[in-house]
Amino acid sequence: MLAASDDARIIAGGQTLVPLMAMRLARPKRLIDIARIPDLAFVRHERDGIAIGATTRQCVLERDAIVRDAVPLLARVMPFVGHAAIRSRGTVGGSLANADPAAEIALVAVTLGATLIYRQGAASAEIAASDFFIGPMMTALPATACLTAVRFPRWREARIGVGFHEVSARRSDFAFASAAAQVALDDSGVCRRLALGIGAVAACPLRLDSVATTLEGTRVELPVAREAVRAALADIEPLSDLHASADYRRRAAASLAMRAITDACRAAEATHAR
Amino acid sequence: MRVELTVNGEARTVEVEPRMSLLDCLRERLLLTGAHAGCEHGVCGACTVLIDGVPARSCLMFAVQADGYAITTIEGVAPGPGELSPIQDAFCETHGMQCGYCTPAMILTAHALLADNPAPTRADIVDAISANICRCTGYAQIVEAIALAAERMRGLNQPVREP
Amino acid sequence: MSTRLFRFVSTDRRVREDRRFVVGKGRFAADIVAAGTRHVALVTCPHPAARILAIDKAEALAMPGVHYVLDGRELAAATQPLLAGLDTPKVPRRPLAVDVARYAGEWVAAVVAETRALAEDAAELVRVDYQPLPFVLDGEAAYAPGSPIVHADHGSNVLLDRTFVWGEVEKDFAASPHRLSLRLKWGRSSTVPIETFAVLASWDPWREILDVYASVQMPRFPDQVALALKLPGSSVRVYNDVDVGGSYGVKRGIKHAVLVGYLSRRLGFPVRLVEDRLENMRAGDGHGPERNFDIEVAFDESGLIRAMKMRALDNVGAYAGRSPFQLGKPIGAIVGPYRIQSVQYRAIAVTSNKTVQEAVRAFGQSPTNYAIERAIEEVARHRGLDRLEVRRRNLIRADEFPYLIPSGTTYDSGDYHAVVDKVVARADYAALVAERERLRTQGLLAGIGMAACLEPSGANSTFEPLLNPKNETTTYTDSCRINVDVSGAVTATIHTLSAGQGHETLVGTVIGEVLEIDPDRIRVVRPDSLASLPSQSPVGSRMAIMLGGAAFHAAHKLKARLLAIGAHDLKIPPERATYGAGDVFDRVAPPNRRSWAELVTIAHRNFHRLPPDTEPGLAFTHVMQVPSGGQLPTADGRVQMYPCFAFEFHLLLMAIDPDLGKAEIKRYVVGHDCGTVINPKIVRGMTMGGIAHGIGAALYEEFAYDAQGQLVAQSLMDYLLPSAHEVPPVDIIHHVTPSPHTVFGQKGSGESGYLGAPAAIASAVNDAVRPLGIVVNSLPIKMAQLADMIAAVRDKSDAVKEPE
Repeated sequence: MLAASDDARIIAGGQTLVPLMAMRLARPKRLIDIARIPDLAFVRHERDGIAIGATTRQCVLERDAIVRDAVPLLARVMPFVGHAAIRSRGTVGGSLANADPAAEIALVAVTLGATLIYRQGAASAEIAASDFFIGPMMTALPATACLTAVRFPRWREARIGVGFHEVSARRSDFAFASAAAQVALDDSGVCRRLALGIGAVAACPLRLDSVATTLEGTRVELPVAREAVRAALADIEPLSDLHASADYRRRAAASLAMRAITDACRAAEATHAR
Repeated sequence: MRVELTVNGEARTVEVEPRMSLLDCLRERLLLTGAHAGCEHGVCGACTVLIDGVPARSCLMFAVQADGYAITTIEGVAPGPGELSPIQDAFCETHGMQCGYCTPAMILTAHALLADNPAPTRADIVDAISANICRCTGYAQIVEAIALAAERMRGLNQPVREP
Repeated sequence: MSTRLFRFVSTDRRVREDRRFVVGKGRFAADIVAAGTRHVALVTCPHPAARILAIDKAEALAMPGVHYVLDGRELAAATQPLLAGLDTPKVPRRPLAVDVARYAGEWVAAVVAETRALAEDAAELVRVDYQPLPFVLDGEAAYAPGSPIVHADHGSNVLLDRTFVWGEVEKDFAASPHRLSLRLKWGRSSTVPIETFAVLASWDPWREILDVYASVQMPRFPDQVALALKLPGSSVRVYNDVDVGGSYGVKRGIKHAVLVGYLSRRLGFPVRLVEDRLENMRAGDGHGPERNFDIEVAFDESGLIRAMKMRALDNVGAYAGRSPFQLGKPIGAIVGPYRIQSVQYRAIAVTSNKTVQEAVRAFGQSPTNYAIERAIEEVARHRGLDRLEVRRRNLIRADEFPYLIPSGTTYDSGDYHAVVDKVVARADYAALVAERERLRTQGLLAGIGMAACLEPSGANSTFEPLLNPKNETTTYTDSCRINVDVSGAVTATIHTLSAGQGHETLVGTVIGEVLEIDPDRIRVVRPDSLASLPSQSPVGSRMAIMLGGAAFHAAHKLKARLLAIGAHDLKIPPERATYGAGDVFDRVAPPNRRSWAELVTIAHRNFHRLPPDTEPGLAFTHVMQVPSGGQLPTADGRVQMYPCFAFEFHLLLMAIDPDLGKAEIKRYVVGHDCGTVINPKIVRGMTMGGIAHGIGAALYEEFAYDAQGQLVAQSLMDYLLPSAHEVPPVDIIHHVTPSPHTVFGQKGSGESGYLGAPAAIASAVNDAVRPLGIVVNSLPIKMAQLADMIAAVRDKSDAVKEPE
């Protein structure tokens, strides 16, 4: 249907598309409502993680036990996604396809290296999250394609902790900066694995691999982490707008990254080896 | 397009343009004017209705998408003519409003909260209503209304919906 | 002063209006249905200033469902310009731009169609040819010579530039050992009600009446609509029983009503305009003050301020109705609650190519309070004294009332020190200070904020003759009619619209108090404007005083009549007739009495038993003037502004994350003295709402413009209204110093909270960042910008530290 019509758009939750239509900034002639296609709403275990159907409502993720158990970082950010009334209708796929630089789900997808799956006509394709987001509100999704699912990897380590912080003017606004961290420690407290992502600061969510490289294999020490974060952020070009300057976003990102890492380490330390 | 909506327990058939929002449909076709337009871009929450018991912004739904759900508007809350539900009465007791424009949305949101969580903390209540902007009250008496309603309803053995 | 005991006044009664709102049966303007209504959407100018060269309506008119496209020229030919407050005939204001559009978003044409959606579709097809013109956005730039001029015929952007000197200002400055000066900026924000402006107008050509259902809060609304449409006043009927979804000053709605009124007459069917949020924000003409203050104070060693000079320049936008008067009203409390002895005040209003400003809650008093409070804080800092102590020294003392201020207003009553003491005790000031230190040791910035300020209430409009000598308006009224019908039921009237202030409850309570009967037995209705008595609408925190007063006096007239009927029928001398809960009895023989039902029957049906020269029935009206009377200003601009003065003292503790700039209010206590409180639930709600509004104005809300003259905060996504998360719990403590001017000692409280919260928050932020050497002299104080300021200081000090 999408391919057949130039002027058609997919609607699922409508929480981002409809405001644009109300303001006449988006003007599709046809809307294809996929919200009630049953095959597209699911949360299930897969080999190395979990798969979530594109039209799964965000509020479902908030409460889902599989998500909580397998991808705790995703569970951690869900309460920060808009308001409950938005989450009751908004979908995972809708948020990902909308690609707001401040979106929390997108940040987790990039941080953990999720994979997005889409359909174009009869064919299915996959794309890594870090390749999927290419700019503010811009994705690599072809115009006639439809997201069908997203796969989040599950970490197998025993001692995992997560941290997430964001800052916005009002509590549920789009963030000016956000940071998500997932940490795995071994029995002696050495960091085996670390993933750190920064959102809302650049055109797309960023995974700071250099921070992971620096800290993995060590006991995480805050001054070292701080310097690694600072160095990683020195090269990015943050967004600047009426709400916050580029400089603010860079500094806030550094501060939030440290809080996220600290929280993640603390949470991991609090778990015990099996 | 013709669509059949279930509103406050009644089946209602309406004839609408596809682009008509659920909000406009409720107000203009069904003359249920308790849901209000404040921004029409999903921020203020004055248009809130319950979709299968869960608060949603009716300005962000199209009427033609709204079939197959149990839609509850403020008109469906009072137990009978001249009567008030415990939540509605609590709002009157604490004066949890002034101009009344955000009030139906606040009350529906309160209904959903208390159905899910009969003993909310102040933080729970604030969180639940944070999606509804009020410009009159500064929220204090609204929070008190919901807390009062919760307290009274706990004494009434209200059924609790399983999460 | 003693507090009286009341039967109903000051008791914790429910607000009767709430019942209809909780079931969704409010009657808002957009809820009104009239058969055959068509809908309006606006064509707006995209440029901040442009000549309108041509308007091509053809494509729009060709769309099915489109009835009409109205342009500014046609409307101007058929109507009078909207009334301005100042004497500025060369600055006409009309609903649609004529030849020149003067701000981005200004309405240029109106499309009428079967549905609002179709009207919007057609509005996009109206082709307007513009020639962009030079524009000016900043107020000081607009004031300076050489600026682009918004109204060429007016010759400059200056609508008002008047300096007042009250007292020996120069002498007092010369005699003072110290002086300091500050420049402050109050950013452009507004009240932004959740309901936008909505109006339905329907012209009946046979009765020759224009029916108007509108969401308004506007003195002289029916009259001004009639004037603009060149109709007799009795040809406009405004329905006062429309519920207004919030206004707090801004819903003047004149241009909207004139627009649809004209269209209805022209086209022969009802016409409706409901602003969408974008139309509302850009061109509803409801922006608030945007004011620069230059304030200079002269003070002594102990921080006592003897004299003050204030220059206030306000950017009123592209046109002006009453908004420049927002520079005049604060003259009635120009020294705040302090004993400043002489004042020089310069009020400047300038036009710019921004959206038009309208009355915002307290009509300019809140920005003025902000300026005064910043000054007194700087005085305290200058002298190395505690800010609370310096305020205490400067506050007018309880034994000094009634207190005449240099600009000619007398403050009626107050005990400011008592309120401050109560707040300090409740908040445990010493504990707050300790908590502030504790937060600081945790690495946060922390500050205690305070503000002492007045709420002038009981509005008159003496700022009109003060700033426009051609206008001799000294009358400011409100009214109430009470009728007891043949069955004995009591019905009272309100002659204006309300936006949630509980006026029906107010009237019922007051009448119940006087008649000693249950207020809930008193029906309160709102006749339309043709059946109404004079009212000036709920502005200037006046209704408790004025509507309450009118209801009180009407009820007393009724009571007096009942006593006269009773005395006559009981054949006793009038001085023995005693009223008790509806009955009249003989004081020396109480069983000798007439019941309410009997008295009513005599009045309505037994003419032969009435005292001579008595009108039958029981209908009484009272139209009252402001309690302080009405005088014109003196030559040097002295005049009694409002009659009654409420007082509030805010005290709060704030923590600020130094990295993120995010502020959190940890504790907030407010002391509030509005005299006798008629309904505690209503007053508390007003104060909390005002504080929330003030938090928004201080930390979140701004109508920001970009360099191209476009309003950047056009929707509620960018104009940030406080949600429940942003408003902390607030402890409100009451104190009562009754007003000698009012029937129960009540003062107004409709603007409470908003008057002091911005000043108090600014005070807290400055206290928090002062250790870093940062001073913040503008509002709003936005999180990211505050963090940038903090970072700049820390970078500098790091740079200094580095070579080690």
